[in-house]
Formats: sequence, structure tokens, C-alpha cells
Amino acid sequence: MKRKLSLIMITVLLMVGMITTASFGEEKIIKMSTTTSTQASGLLDILLPELEKDTGIKVKVIAKGTGAAIRDGKDGNVDVIFVHAKQREEQFVKDGFGTKRYAVMHNDFVILGPEKDPAGIKGSHDAADSLAKIARTQSMFASRGDDSGTHTKERALWEKTSVLLKSTTTTIVKKGKETEINFVQPEGKWYMSLGQGMGKTITFADEKQAYTLSDRGTYIKYKHGRKDGIDLAVFCEKDSLLSNPYGVIPISKEKRPHVKYGLAKEFADWLVSPKAQSLIANYKLHGEQLFYPDAVK
Amino acid sequence: MDFLLDSLISSFMLVASLDRELFSVVAVSLKVSITSSLFASMIGMPFGFFVAIESFKGKRMLITCLNTLLALPTVVIGLFVYALISRRGIFGPFDLLYTQKAIIIGQTILIVPVVATFTIAAISRIDDRYRKTAMTLGANRFQTIFVIIREARFGIAAAVIAAFGRVVSEVGISMMLGGNARGFTRTMTTAMALEYDKGEFTLAVALGIILLSVSFGINLLFHFFQGRTGQ
Repeated sequence: MKRKLSLIMITVLLMVGMITTASFGEEKIIKMSTTTSTQASGLLDILLPELEKDTGIKVKVIAKGTGAAIRDGKDGNVDVIFVHAKQREEQFVKDGFGTKRYAVMHNDFVILGPEKDPAGIKGSHDAADSLAKIARTQSMFASRGDDSGTHTKERALWEKTSVLLKSTTTTIVKKGKETEINFVQPEGKWYMSLGQGMGKTITFADEKQAYTLSDRGTYIKYKHGRKDGIDLAVFCEKDSLLSNPYGVIPISKEKRPHVKYGLAKEFADWLVSPKAQSLIANYKLHGEQLFYPDAVK
Repeated sequence: MDFLLDSLISSFMLVASLDRELFSVVAVSLKVSITSSLFASMIGMPFGFFVAIESFKGKRMLITCLNTLLALPTVVIGLFVYALISRRGIFGPFDLLYTQKAIIIGQTILIVPVVATFTIAAISRIDDRYRKTAMTLGANRFQTIFVIIREARFGIAAAVIAAFGRVVSEVGISMMLGGNARGFTRTMTTAMALEYDKGEFTLAVALGIILLSVSFGINLLFHFFQGRTGQ
């Protein structure tokens, strides 16, 4: 009797599962890999419901570092990517993986530091100079170190300083060919390369009273969005080098035939539409504007 | 399949090129895992031995609790230890968070139940006649304990092997308490998680292959150890 009952239950469960998946199949769903910052800042929670209202498209969001998101796009695991590493995005389109880069918005990076400010960079508007001072005073610096958009930006900033950078090369094999992975970073006990997301890196920096480079959105979220906010404060901001543009790219159907290009393009077009752009401009977190629309002036 | 082949070749190349970063990662992993296994053995073995030998009220319940702790998720331990040693926690002034010590603390908590339950199982399996025989032959308490341990050594060694396997392969505690800082607290598993996040799957799998090889080496050592005492 018991066995019969469990058999019935399993059948019912399986059927429920099948019915729900079947009903999902008829909806307009696309998969999007994006950076942690768009999700963590809460922007997507505002945009996606409006998108669904306007176009009926539902977006499955997979939040990762920019490197991994781009990789997802290359492999065709997703239909669209929404990331911030302009040069790499342009390369991505040039290589034929994406059809076009739509400039959606930008925000900015800030250099955070502990109250004590051992490097003495408070109020600076020169990012490269600030980093140089951090290096000179051997003040602890927490780096994302995960090949993300923020990490890409940080490396570019270090290259603008005269700080001695060490390059490590790892040789691996890809498609039977040897490929080299380069890793450029300052060397020293003060430089901590974490390989973690922005939130974790901020927590780490706060815990160790270190400096770090962060996007403003995640910083505000961690500073004001929690009961027990972090102690770090903004020490260097508003340098043109610290601008952080976001782009959305539908994956090309030619390279990856199974992607839902039509829906992805509809999504990208919607993001640069006046409505979405004004949503972005009006999005405020704890009273501060996070993103500035780029498609509509 | 290309992907796995690539990874395999890459792992060989990494080892052959004596990649400094790779060795630092493997060294941190081994150092941390071996230390925590040692600590856990020092706590878990006597404890398990005591529980197995003595009879007391609530013994079965205690064993059930220990068995439940085997399923303790690493994130739970991570959170618990994090709360204690964070800058705002009780042990904050010691500046333990994001150090190798922090990982060792977390991992030790993780595997004490493993060592204890395996030890209990190993000792309980030993026929009580060994103990009685030893005592009739005039063995004192310590000699009796020695006889029991000698009979249970395979099971006890298995306890350590299982515990080591658990910590060398876990990622939750190492990530939460170690912070994956390159050259300081980056272990093989956190390095793999990172390479995955970066989209460098080949390197991640290559590291996985190396992790397995290293574990195999450690287990070979154990194997010889068990074999020798078995004769």
C-alpha cells in the first residue's frame, strides 16, 4: 500500500514538473549574463518588470564577473550579455560573437579607503596618482583579481602609474594550441588579489582596513544599504579615467545558431529606448543616482 | 572531449613548467589541510575513543548528533566562525579573518565529527573479547587501550584519510574565511572556483586534475603506512 502511494506521489510530482516546464516553453524568455553590479545595485529589479510589461520578454539573469559573462556569450550559453569593459566588448563584436554593442549607460568608479588614510589621498581627483601613493606607502590594497570589468579598469589604472608591475604568464592549451594568459599586477605583501566579486572585495577591504577600487553603486549599497554599514569612505572620485560605460550585446545567430537573437535584439532596443533610459536616469539608491543614460541625452 | 584533453595537457604543462603560482596554491592547500587534519585528529580521536569505550546515558543520542554533524554545510561553519573572528566580532582584535589560521579553525570544526564518528565505528567494531583477553593476560588500562587501538588502526587511519579528503576538497570555508587572496590564502579549490568565474575552464579543470593527483599521492603514503603496520 505504502509503495503504491509513493509511486502515485512520484508520478504526480513528475507531471507537475512537466506541466510547469511546458508552460514556460511557450513564453518569451531569454538568458542574459551580466555583471554582478547591475544586479547587486537593484537596477535590474526596476528594469525587467517594465520590460516584461512592454514586450512580454522575461529575462533569466545570470550574474557573474564581466570575464565570465563574456565567456558565456562566446559559448552561446546565453542570448545576450550586459557588461562593462568597453574594449573587450568591442573586441567581442569584432570577433563576430555579438552583432552590435549598444551603449546603454555609465556610472563611475571610486577609490575607497579606511578612515586613517595611510596613503593620504583624501579628496583626490587623480586616480593614477592615488594608486601610486598607495603603492609608495605600501598601504594595503584589495584587488578584485577576477578578470572582471572592475579588475580590467584597475589594471588599466596601474599601467598609468609608474609603479613597477609584475607580469605572470601561464601557458595553457586551448583547442590544441598553446595560449598564454597574462596577469599584470603590482607585487608586494600590501597587494591582495582576491578573485572575488565586488561585494566580497569591499567586505574584505573593510575588514582589513585596505584601499580598493569599486563601482559607486555597489559601494553605496554596502555603505548605506546595510544595518551595519562598512567604515570605508570615498577618497578619490570624479577622474575621467574612472568612468565606467555599460553595453549590451545580443549574441550573433551566425556563430551560435540556437540563440534567440530576435528577442535579444528586442531587449537591447528596449534598453536604449527613451522609456528605459529615463528609468535608468531616475533610479536612485539611498538618494543617490547610480547610472547615467548614454543612449538618450 | 577536446576540452578535457586540453585541460589534461595544460595540467601537465603547468606542473612541468614549475609554475610558481601553482606551487604556492598547492602548498597553501596542503599546509592548511594537513594542519587542520592533525588538529581534528588530536581532538576527534580521543573523543571518539572515549565515546566508544565508555557506556553512559545518552550515548546513542550523542552518536546520532555526531552523525548529523557530518552533514554540516561548510557555509554554516564559515558564517559561524566569520561572526566570531570578524573585526566586529569577539575575537576581532586578533586579526584572524582572511588568514590561513582562519581556514584551519573552520576546517578543524568541519572534520572533528568525521574523525570522531569514524573512530567510534572503528573501535566499536573491535570484538570486546580483545579487551577482556588483554585484561585477563594482566594488561593494565593503558596496555588495554593500546591493544584496542592497534586492532582498530585501519579504521582510525580511514578516519584521518576521510577527514583529509573532506578538507582538501572543500571550498566554502576556504573562500569565506580565507578570502582567496593570491599567494596568501588561495587554495586549490578556491583557485578553481576563481578560474571558473573568470571563464578559464581549461585552467580550472587542470587544477582539478592536479588536486586529484596530489590527493592520490597523500593516499599512497597512507597506503604504505597501513600496509607496513599490517604486517
